[in-house]
Amino acid sequence: MKRKPRVGVFKFASCDGCQLSLLDLEDELVALVGAVDIAFFPEMSSNMRKGPYEIALVEGSITTHHDAGRIQQIRKQSKMLVAIGACSTAGGIQALRNWSDSRKWVNQVYAHPEYIQTLSMSTPISGHVPVDFELRGCPVSKYQLLELVSAALAGRKPNIPTYSVCVECKRAGTVCVAVAQEMACLGPATQAGCGAICPSFGRGCYGCFGPAESTNTAILADRMLAQGRDPDEVLRAFRSYNAWSFACRQATQGKGLV
Amino acid sequence: MSGPGDGGKKSRTIKVDYMARVEGEGALLIKLKAGQVRDVKLKIFEPPRLFEALLHGRHFSEAPDITSRICGICPVAYQMTSVHSIERALGISIHPMVRLLRRMLYAAEWIESHVLHIYMLHAPDFLGYRDFVELAKDYPKEATEALRLKKLGNRIMTVLGGREIHPVSVTVGGFHKTPSKADLQPLVEELKWALDTSCAKARFLGGFEFPDFEQDYEFVALSHPSEYPFNEGRLVSNKGLNIDSSEYEDHFVEQHVKHSHALHSVIRGRGSYQVGPLARFNLNYAKLPEIARQAAESCGLRVPCTNPFKSILARAVETVFAIDEALRAIQLYEPPPVPHATYQIRAATGQAITEAPRGINYNRYSIDDDGLILSVKIVPPTSQNQKRIEDDLRSYIPGIIEQPLEEITRRCEHAVRNYDPCISCATHFLKVEIES
Repeated sequence: MKRKPRVGVFKFASCDGCQLSLLDLEDELVALVGAVDIAFFPEMSSNMRKGPYEIALVEGSITTHHDAGRIQQIRKQSKMLVAIGACSTAGGIQALRNWSDSRKWVNQVYAHPEYIQTLSMSTPISGHVPVDFELRGCPVSKYQLLELVSAALAGRKPNIPTYSVCVECKRAGTVCVAVAQEMACLGPATQAGCGAICPSFGRGCYGCFGPAESTNTAILADRMLAQGRDPDEVLRAFRSYNAWSFACRQATQGKGLV
Repeated sequence: MSGPGDGGKKSRTIKVDYMARVEGEGALLIKLKAGQVRDVKLKIFEPPRLFEALLHGRHFSEAPDITSRICGICPVAYQMTSVHSIERALGISIHPMVRLLRRMLYAAEWIESHVLHIYMLHAPDFLGYRDFVELAKDYPKEATEALRLKKLGNRIMTVLGGREIHPVSVTVGGFHKTPSKADLQPLVEELKWALDTSCAKARFLGGFEFPDFEQDYEFVALSHPSEYPFNEGRLVSNKGLNIDSSEYEDHFVEQHVKHSHALHSVIRGRGSYQVGPLARFNLNYAKLPEIARQAAESCGLRVPCTNPFKSILARAVETVFAIDEALRAIQLYEPPPVPHATYQIRAATGQAITEAPRGINYNRYSIDDDGLILSVKIVPPTSQNQKRIEDDLRSYIPGIIEQPLEEITRRCEHAVRNYDPCISCATHFLKVEIES
């Protein structure tokens, strides 16, 4: 019998939500763990084995010296390295420190800042090692995660759409909240995958899947300003879970938004 | 793990560099010398994400979405505690049906989180497996039913909030959108199955062997005059505490210890305390519905219970309660006239405490006249239990010190998991090394 591909699940600075998505695949979990050899997944098992791994699923951003070294080791041991979720693909909400004095933030939160070792920036995995695939979302879609692992096992490209949330709204028949209700909505510039849930709940998309491929975030920011929105509100809209992604940074550049 | 198994005459160290089956990154360090416990450190090395600082300057309306990201396992507890704090600050009163839906959302999170911890993270310790997958091979029926129960918790969350992790419907004053009666009705049949199944599961778990270990705990939990607590009530203990959430910081203090990114919370003048399912069960037994009390009786869980290993039974009883509560809520629910209350924004400060699956979460928010956040304090449940976990280990190890190091390590990890520590919530941050 052919050896099952070894899978490792690794965590950096994050909320655990993306790897929890694996355990949330209640109907598929038994088949999934049967198809692969889960060699390292501390949240699920005490049976932790060393690499090499065929597939490494990496959650979280790099925020410490120790983690910057650890991701290098994981890359060396892994044939295919997949970054899962907004922290690992864009630095996460904790990347808001990248615009601040992070030492000041540590002083603000901890009584003994000298005990805390942290880098001044929160950066995505791709800022440190080559990444074979980035799965978006805060959190990722568990079905996209399943598709990704299935595709890797079959040796094919995963079928993960790169169009915007607008397509999902149209397909679901959700009335556009930006047009009909003039809500601030990042949907036109945000990658699909969530199922356009925010507009279906009567609120604008807040961009947790990050910028879609070939999107123009700067035009969207202009449009929001032209609607008379408070510049600070527009800035905050692009400064969230995927703030450190290139397209989110681009959205707010040169508009006098600080 | 290092050091010879010499029965405890020399010094021995037990190091568990990476605790498995807990949420987040932690380690345990235990130092033994001449048959005595010299040191116990539960280390939380989850990298700090500095939530309290990054919330500064954000609009209060963004707090529920941002704070849900503190924890992927209990996002509702974080987003809802922020909402309650801000509502208290601005004096917003909510519609009774909004309140009912919020209880249902908490019930959904308790079901999902408790079932995850009982079967996937904790039961393997009792049955001698390394994980749920091994357990599932020998107990296929229990495993299949556990997954179905967990899925139901997630399904309720998805109906109410759009997705199981980081739901999107919660807002200050209510919900962005409230469900219709017809949206909730399809859940009823599965909830009825779940109510029967969760009672049977409690009997199954009651058959586990529990180490003979009791401690004199100060249990701390919310207490409401008529309900088992989720998100409202006074904060009480079995040692005389009875306060409003606004008085929390007068009675509790957080200490920053070198070995952990999670602050240790203690009660002023008294020390460590326990929050979570066992604390809630002991302090609120009378408010459990009849069916949950029967489940407690059937699995041998009685008040007072001071054996932390029986927290798994308290979780099972609370699962029965949460399922019953979700059913009750669906039966009573009528959509409110508007999904959320309207209110005036002004500078104000508000505090709130709600019951996350693993214990109380305390928040304080101050906002300015424009609704921008001036300061935030978040005291998550694991931070509150962390010192108590170390105290438990200090008392527990002398009874097992003659065992081989490997067995001491396994049992200590089991004891840590009694608290369902969720380490990702290192808003300000677990590791087991045993050094001997």
